[in-house]
Amino acid sequence: MSHVHDVAVVGAGPAGLAAAVEAAEAGLGVLLIDTAGQPGGQYWRHYDRIHARPEDRIGHHDWPVFTRLRTRLDELAAEGRIRYLPGHQVWLITRDAEGAFTLRVTAATSTSATAGRRSGDADPTTLAAHALILCAGGYDRQLPVPGWDLPGVLTAGGAQALLKGHRTPAGQRAVVAGTGPFLLPVATGLARAGVRVAAVIEANATVGWLRSPAGAVSAPGKGVEALRYAASMLRHRIPYRTRTVIREVLGDGRVEAVRVARVDGDGRPTGPDEEIAVDLVALGWGFTPSLELPLMLGAETAQDTDGSLVVAVDDSQRSSVDGLYVAGEATGVGGATLAVQEGRLSALAVAADRGHPADPARTRRLRAAVRRARRFAAAMHRTYPLPRAWPDWLTETTLVCRCEEVPYADLRRAHHDLGAEDARTLKMLARPGMGWCQGRVCGLATAGIAAWLGGRETGVDDLRPLATRSLAVPVPLGELAALAEETTPAEALDEGGRNGD
Amino acid sequence: MTHHLSFRGVTVAAEPGQSVAAALIAAGITDWRTTGKGGRPRGLFCGIGVCFDCLITVDGIPDQRACLVAAADGMRLGDAEPGADVEPGADFEEAGRTGGEDVARA
Amino acid sequence: MSVDLVVVGAGVVGAASAYFATLAGLRVVVVERGAIAGGTSSAGEGNVLVSDKEAGPELDLALYSQRIWREDLAEHGDLWEFESKGGLVVAASEQGVASLRALAVHQRRAGVEVRDVTRSELPDYEPHLAPQLAGGAFYPQDAQVQPMLVAAHLLRLARAGGAQVRTRTEVTGFLRAGDRVTGVRTSSGDITAGAVLNAAGTWAGGIADLAGVHVPVLPRRGFILVTQPLPARTIRHKVYAAEYVGDVASSDAALQTSPVVEGTAGGTVLIGASRERVGFDRSISVPAIGTLAAKAIALFPMLREVRAIRTYLGFRPYCPDHLPVIGADPRAPGLWHACGHEGAGIGLSAGTGKLISQALVGQRTDLDLTPFAPDRFPPAEEAPR
Repeated sequence: MSHVHDVAVVGAGPAGLAAAVEAAEAGLGVLLIDTAGQPGGQYWRHYDRIHARPEDRIGHHDWPVFTRLRTRLDELAAEGRIRYLPGHQVWLITRDAEGAFTLRVTAATSTSATAGRRSGDADPTTLAAHALILCAGGYDRQLPVPGWDLPGVLTAGGAQALLKGHRTPAGQRAVVAGTGPFLLPVATGLARAGVRVAAVIEANATVGWLRSPAGAVSAPGKGVEALRYAASMLRHRIPYRTRTVIREVLGDGRVEAVRVARVDGDGRPTGPDEEIAVDLVALGWGFTPSLELPLMLGAETAQDTDGSLVVAVDDSQRSSVDGLYVAGEATGVGGATLAVQEGRLSALAVAADRGHPADPARTRRLRAAVRRARRFAAAMHRTYPLPRAWPDWLTETTLVCRCEEVPYADLRRAHHDLGAEDARTLKMLARPGMGWCQGRVCGLATAGIAAWLGGRETGVDDLRPLATRSLAVPVPLGELAALAEETTPAEALDEGGRNGD
Repeated sequence: MTHHLSFRGVTVAAEPGQSVAAALIAAGITDWRTTGKGGRPRGLFCGIGVCFDCLITVDGIPDQRACLVAAADGMRLGDAEPGADVEPGADFEEAGRTGGEDVARA
Repeated sequence: MSVDLVVVGAGVVGAASAYFATLAGLRVVVVERGAIAGGTSSAGEGNVLVSDKEAGPELDLALYSQRIWREDLAEHGDLWEFESKGGLVVAASEQGVASLRALAVHQRRAGVEVRDVTRSELPDYEPHLAPQLAGGAFYPQDAQVQPMLVAAHLLRLARAGGAQVRTRTEVTGFLRAGDRVTGVRTSSGDITAGAVLNAAGTWAGGIADLAGVHVPVLPRRGFILVTQPLPARTIRHKVYAAEYVGDVASSDAALQTSPVVEGTAGGTVLIGASRERVGFDRSISVPAIGTLAAKAIALFPMLREVRAIRTYLGFRPYCPDHLPVIGADPRAPGLWHACGHEGAGIGLSAGTGKLISQALVGQRTDLDLTPFAPDRFPPAEEAPR
């Protein structure tokens, strides 16, 4: 590796974009790495910029904030102050003796590898930086339900991404189900694209942000946003069914219907089942942050109001690990506005820690904004909790882990018969979280089941083993091999190398 | 210009900028692989590269995430038999019939 | 409380010992500091091997364990995915093949089944092997298990026979009557016992220290790479290069890697095996996993495009003479050991458990335990570095 960047930013969503731009403007040399081919993250996911149409921005919040950041990114990249590496994923981060971070990256797809080669820039595999701002964002939180692995069941974010990023509605007749305010833009977005949305199925009691004055007041504009969604739901005649959950997704080879039922405050069914014919089910239970990179570096964690594992940071977004800063969803799910502020704050902190002090008034203002937004996020989390008794929905054959196809019965047996008391042992004995996605999808559920079977509330010790990944993403063995010294087959297998004593 | 891709002998149209997964779904194709253990059909789930449910072979390269790969004209999409065509020319079926098991257990 | 036997450690060796001791009629309590099979038992490949052992006491124990796996424990084999897949050792040069043949002569004499494999026969065993290899040897007795399932089921069966398993219970000291060990002090109370078995694996030296005796068990770190799931029977046997045998027997502290590649019931392929003496350092070593990948590709070129989805590391419990410690400790009557199996503990656990239970009830053991005597090492201060 040739050059050690002042700071590497991982993720080009709201937090990462803001952090990269702010850090570069503070005079630091910045490396920005992102999985996607273009910036914006999940929040500002949009159609390929080269083929964009004006209507693509409809339904996007704070779009001008994004376009301003993107323009600055373009300018700073052109000036050589930001090295922007899209289409790549970090699979391992280590530290050298001097404390510099070494990032190992791999192309996100075979085509992004080709694109990297085409650009004349040798496809990078190893990069380095003195400081690190991790802004890896998050994705939909999932709870298993019978039939949720049928084609036609998508995450709410997946249905949204297909629409916003690819102008493709994922079906013709949909339900959007789970909990939280995010279900509303997904439902109205689908409806605008011509999908008949049969219902939004919300497990909790109410559109709570209107009932949570403390939170709504401290986040100006959010109350207005809620009213706008309510109006849009009305316009598209989308029924909003609260205290209701999907009990089963039905279909032969693909989704044909869902069975829904009313539930009590803990999520236990109280009413009779009712069937709704659909070909698309969008599921979301709030968001879960991507934590594999901060956990790989040993950052301390905490449990947020929504039950998610998050990285513990100080009021400058510094983690417990020297030189490691974390911003955005990984420090607590709170949306794009908060993420942008945290991204800026983290960049100012890196700059200050590396000898470029920031305007103290600006830092104070950002901190105050972050505190305000955190209060609002906490109010939202309290309004839309995971139903406490959700494991009661599972049948013996419900798949908990989609990758390894592990049914709930296997987890129960591992607990009851084999003595798997904790989440790690449950994972090792029954294999949830051991497949392609390494527990990204079933991690929360497996942790929750471990706690549920053990008769305790889900805690940090349940969540951490399922959020920790030795390799952050799958990496071809050929790329791993290239990190070792060149080895010929004859050398590799040379039995002359019997170096016994 | 519309791209044309092929999937199991069917031509699938894609707008420039669409992903492989979007093109398939727009064509009414909701699953494109089966699972190793239960033979269950799978297609798009998370849509953002997290879940690896949507794996597909693209131009002979297996196990690509259909949600991340941009559709391109002339692309050949095949069933994602995980790792099945990692060695060009290898025939697993044939090898399975003639191979080591008999030798090992003879 | 009072029992016949306290087993310290709920890894695979402790579980096998508890299982056979319960079968032999002893009242057993297993105490475990963490969770069941949470240490080295959760970090291996599940090897049940004879192929990698030169003639001697360890090979005798491996062959004895074969019998226990295939006879005493045969009815439970499916529970822990016992697969008699066979091991294929390959060599890149004629010279390497010659030394494989020489090793086989001694192994056959000890009772190991070995088939010589010529260069042209290699593809019949493994169609994806690199074409330029010179030959190999096939060991039909080599087998594989899922080690955590072995430990968990043996403990379940022991519990069904009356044993107790106490997790999150740490041994903090020993109860003594003069020299004699009469039980353990634990983080959740004292347990008096006729005998205490130290089956604490890589941490067994610390337990021995608590009893005032020296048992030199040291950690030898190893990494394993796990690939994406591949179609069934892509890699059919345990396949490794001849140098592995040399590395296993080595005492070098520096990183050694020898390619060991095998499929699993789940479809993933496991790639080992690295060895380094770096204490209990849990950080990922890029040279170690990079070299493992490079050497696995040298064996199976098709692995180049296959992706690793995780890696894990563990600490083999290693004694200076590479032999386990099995039997009564004359320096502290009442204290027994079953530890220090290095990288072979999964395979050797079955035989170890059976032998220790025979010794505990005063039977003549099926195998002479003298080579594994706990007091065979020089005292701590004179121990070689």
